[in-house]
Amino acid sequence: MTLARFVRKNAFRNKRRSILTVLSMAFSLLLLSFLMSVWRAFYIDQGSAESAQRLIVRHKVSLANFLPGFYREKIHTIPAVVHVIPVNWFQGIYRDAKPENFFARFGTDPDEFFDTYKELSIPADQLDAWRKDRAGAVADAALAKKYGWKVGERIVITGDIYPIKLELTLRGIFTSTQPNNALYFNWKYVEEGLAFAKGHAGTFGILVDSPQNVDRVAKAVDVMFANAPEPTKTETEKGFQLSFINMLGNVKAFIMVISLAAVFTILLVSGNTMAMSIRERTREVAVLKTLGFRRQTILGLFIGEAVAIALLGGICGTLVAYPLLLGMSQAPQLGGLFLVALREWKYVAPVAWGVAIASGFLSSAIPAYGASRTGIVDGLRHIG
Amino acid sequence: MAIPITYNVRNMILRKGLTLMTALGIALTVMTAVFLMMLLAGMRKAFVSSGDPLNVLVLRKGSTSELAGGFTKDKLPILRELPGIARDSHGDPLVSGEWVVVVVLPRKDGSGEVNVTLRGMGPQGLDVRRNLKLVEGQWFSSGQHEVVVSQSIHNRFSHTNVGDMLDFGKGPWKVTGIFDAGGSAYDSEIWGEVNQVADQFNRQNAIGSAYLRATDTVSADALVHRVADDQRLELEGMLETTYYEKQTQSGAPIRFMGYIVGLTMAIGSIFAAANTMYAAVAYRSREIATLRVIGFRKGSIVMSFVFESVLLALLGAAAGIVLMLPFNGMSTGTSNSVTFSEVVFSLRITLGVVGYAVLFAVVMGLIGGVAPAWGAARREILASLRD
Repeated sequence: MTLARFVRKNAFRNKRRSILTVLSMAFSLLLLSFLMSVWRAFYIDQGSAESAQRLIVRHKVSLANFLPGFYREKIHTIPAVVHVIPVNWFQGIYRDAKPENFFARFGTDPDEFFDTYKELSIPADQLDAWRKDRAGAVADAALAKKYGWKVGERIVITGDIYPIKLELTLRGIFTSTQPNNALYFNWKYVEEGLAFAKGHAGTFGILVDSPQNVDRVAKAVDVMFANAPEPTKTETEKGFQLSFINMLGNVKAFIMVISLAAVFTILLVSGNTMAMSIRERTREVAVLKTLGFRRQTILGLFIGEAVAIALLGGICGTLVAYPLLLGMSQAPQLGGLFLVALREWKYVAPVAWGVAIASGFLSSAIPAYGASRTGIVDGLRHIG
Repeated sequence: MAIPITYNVRNMILRKGLTLMTALGIALTVMTAVFLMMLLAGMRKAFVSSGDPLNVLVLRKGSTSELAGGFTKDKLPILRELPGIARDSHGDPLVSGEWVVVVVLPRKDGSGEVNVTLRGMGPQGLDVRRNLKLVEGQWFSSGQHEVVVSQSIHNRFSHTNVGDMLDFGKGPWKVTGIFDAGGSAYDSEIWGEVNQVADQFNRQNAIGSAYLRATDTVSADALVHRVADDQRLELEGMLETTYYEKQTQSGAPIRFMGYIVGLTMAIGSIFAAANTMYAAVAYRSREIATLRVIGFRKGSIVMSFVFESVLLALLGAAAGIVLMLPFNGMSTGTSNSVTFSEVVFSLRITLGVVGYAVLFAVVMGLIGGVAPAWGAARREILASLRD
């Protein structure tokens, strides 16, 4: 019998206990890998290459404040700026106020929209039709599928921030490499119908010629309007999205605290099991010693056993995390976020396994050390 | 006959290490759950206690927040004349035309900028709201560039002592006082006079919203309908309580996250508890057989072991709650999804939170304990005695 086989046999001699331990650890590591994936999606992921080249300009004070429309031309004069388009959050209500009927609706400029958002593609004839119809709209393919929209569909959105009823006609359906789930229409429609919206924009999207120039352009925009009555705040698309997550509170610390609790739970569970199992085997340890096994070997046997169980739990946990994230990515509202988290999973899984191995090691070290030091005579006399 | 509880307690004491480790595991799970519940309880308190059931908030028709556009000033006199509005000592109706704007203030510790709500109110604004306390200084005076700040703003931002000049909008504002609004969303605001605020933000010709204070709850309901039905107004009224209730939805993502985290950790803990109980049963198989020989019934044995498991979980719950006590009252911020400005609230251990935490632990103990207890009771007496 090799030592590896000995460890394996011992790890599963009490099947029920081993399975319960593995399951318990699997759930903790499931939580850990889930949270870490979300964390990475928030703070590590930089978005697509196209997204990294875009900036979002908003009013410095708040999203609820408008920017003057003429900022568009002024921003355009900054070197390295390729396109500037209004991207205005319209909100509004489609059908009813239920959350499942909520999706993003933006007012923009059909002439430059698809040049700025290059990852979106639309048939040329549909784009042409959208440009010609002021009350036209385009929608993401996934969104159109959800509602069964066809080109030519009438879509009525009742405004809430903007007191106007939009009676739109779907002129095109675009596909996207990133989850998008939004409807875009011509902002001029709102400007013509509402006096207070005329000549105003909520936010601008900027396409910069290369990623290297992004920071410089962002600064240049804010400097340009620093002393204007309506100062701006310019961030990357990713930074803009992060500011919404940060609105929930200190999400970073929040995830950290819960992850820490999960790791400690793993340590406790693993330590508990090893303490139980080693205690039962005091007599066997004495026998092994009598047979001539050295202390280090015995120590290694127990630690190996704990690590094996912990790693098995870790693998189970991370493997369950994947379909869980996959399921969440189908959710209507935060789905896109979980799709990013899903991409991060492959980086997170090995880390989770590392955590499992480390906790298996740490939790077994003390009881195993104690067992390896027990005197042979005491051990043989032990009644477990 | 039931097995005495001391039997379980003494057994737990005998296996100190095992008991402690399992209880700690449950304690961690309970701590996480308590932490999440404290967050939600604090948020609910901040939003719900802000609404006064006698106050009616009037907004432009279709508008969902005080920030989203306003209406012309000439509608204010019409509102004043509506029946059912309470009056102050001078006989003036308690109606306040207001502007809410968002200003950016740098955090005291230098960790970035925060959106803060600035509220300009009419002369009756302070009388419309009850439960206000002036902690220091005095209220702003009319016609002056003066503001009062809430206690929590005072704690978190510099230049907010009485007599300081606070810089936002078109120029510095004198801080004349610090107020306390009893843990409501108002506790995250800065207040000044409506004309001053409108002037600073180029909104002189309109007002953003109006607050009407009704004489009683029946008139409050009637006012809501009167405002909506009045063709001259084209406005919408809602009870202030309703308005803030909608805003508690800001907590929805946290609640969702909380369920996932709580459930996952609970399942993990149930397996751990079951493990411990199986071990406890295994160690005692001879004892259990002896108990059976003495004449205790299977049912009593099941009860006894389930009880021990619940006791273990309760121990964990108690430890978890005690360990979370220092966090009580710690304040944190979240953004109001309607106004995009920060709302500060305190983590709160309420009786409800404690109750749920205990219940949560008991359920974990029950589920974890049933199978091992059942196994213990079913074993053959003879076989166990021979072990």
